[in-house]
Amino acid sequence: MRSAIRFASIGLALAALAFAGAPAAAADTVDPVADAKAFKKFFTDKFPKVKLEDFVNGPYSMDEDLYRQWQEKEQFPPYEFSLELGKEMFAKPFKNGKSYEDCFPNKGIGIRQNYPYFDEKEGKVVTLELALNRCREANGEPPFSYVRDEMAALTAYMAFTSRGKPFDIKIPNDPRALAAYENGKEYFYTRRGQLNFSCATCHVQSPGERIRAEVLAPALGILNAMPIYRSEWSGMGTTSRRFTTCNSQIRGVPFNPQDDEYRNVEYYLSYVSNGLPISGPGARP
Amino acid sequence: MMQPGNAPLKSPRPRKSVLTPACALALSLGLLVSSLPAAAQSTVAEGQRLAFDRGKGNCLTCHDIKGGTLPGTIGPALIDIKTKYPDRNELVAILVDATKRNPLTVMPPFGRNRLLTDKEINAIVDFLQTL
Ligand code: HEC
Ligand code: HEC
Repeated sequence: MRSAIRFASIGLALAALAFAGAPAAAADTVDPVADAKAFKKFFTDKFPKVKLEDFVNGPYSMDEDLYRQWQEKEQFPPYEFSLELGKEMFAKPFKNGKSYEDCFPNKGIGIRQNYPYFDEKEGKVVTLELALNRCREANGEPPFSYVRDEMAALTAYMAFTSRGKPFDIKIPNDPRALAAYENGKEYFYTRRGQLNFSCATCHVQSPGERIRAEVLAPALGILNAMPIYRSEWSGMGTTSRRFTTCNSQIRGVPFNPQDDEYRNVEYYLSYVSNGLPISGPGARP
Repeated sequence: MMQPGNAPLKSPRPRKSVLTPACALALSLGLLVSSLPAAAQSTVAEGQRLAFDRGKGNCLTCHDIKGGTLPGTIGPALIDIKTKYPDRNELVAILVDATKRNPLTVMPPFGRNRLLTDKEINAIVDFLQTL
């Protein structure tokens, strides 16, 4: 069973990302640099008309009519309220007098592109959402829900101050970092659940296709616009909310937000989008 | 008697000795459905319901199907199915496990993963044959 799943996932990765050129002997070694290159090439070959930096616009990059709608929407962005709230929250001191800016490099401004990072002390991936809650707890404040408005507002503000900066995710020379990357990648390509879907089934094999009325976003640049306002949710959604929703839509068992699996998949997806600009917060149909 | 549309997935070849020649002919030509219009109507309707139901086939997620709304585009439009797949067993096989034909397909293995029962698959196939 296990080996069948691995086989399928590797087969998909091979077919989808055209590793065919790589020497057979190298097939088993983890090479993130080559991965990221093949990943970008796959999407730019598949969508030759889409500019590399436009992939961050998700479904809107896939469809000219939608793209026009999006540009109109950006005149009065529906995430404005969240951005305002996030800015206020970010500036407001905790009960102990400290604030978020004390927890982050550069006082938290213009740093979104560096998250998630691999924390060598902890030996794990740390996402921005996780770092925000750790900051709160270190200062005696209760953590926020990962899927609700407060977390979306804070990350919206932090993304906004980082707009245009290219994703710059590092994999330090630490075998645990490479393993986290590899596990994230494996999670992304492994089919699971009753419907036998992987994340890649929708976001690598079928981007631009409609699933009912929704246009599927390409996996390249899929996190650059997070958090997003979705008309369908009539509200904001964090990365955690999107991951768990995708997972339950396929009748898979969602993990808890910020479980290792999700931290690793966020690490993988962000790394392979290195170089593409942060564009969050985003708005979606 | 055997209900049209409820044939077991691997239906054994009918033993000619117990069937009248006409009946055997009808079976082997797959004409049983049209020879029993009333009963067939109901499995076709049931098949359509199952195909459109979001909690069952939810085929519209990926396929444009006559009579359905908000179809997706991941799979081909399901048209002319009867011409394309004159043998219903081929359709049953696609529904049971589409990965047998194409290991990389995104179409879920409805039978293998028990998303649909044999009976439900047969009803959907009856419906597909009207397309
Ligand atoms: C059955 C299809 C399906 C699968 C499988 C799936 N998703 Fe999605 N995903 C969607 C749909 C539909 C949307 C909303 C439309 C869009 O933005 O792509 C979406 C949106 C997203 C977005 C927001 C993209 C944007 O720009 O709006 C992210 C991030 C995402 N998915 C990640 C994942 C991850 C990670 C997995 C695996 C755990 C996954 N998805 C599995 C269907 C799927
Ligand atoms: C998640 C997507 C998805 C769902 C859901 C889905 N299919 Fe498909 N289906 C496909 C794709 C993609 C193909 C193209 C062939 C392939 O990938 O192997 C296909 C092919 C087919 C074919 C062959 C069509 C042809 O012209 O050769 C039939 C028949 C079919 N599907 C019926 C169904 C039925 C009936 C359902 C619901 C019970 C269903 N499908 C649900 C994706 C899907």
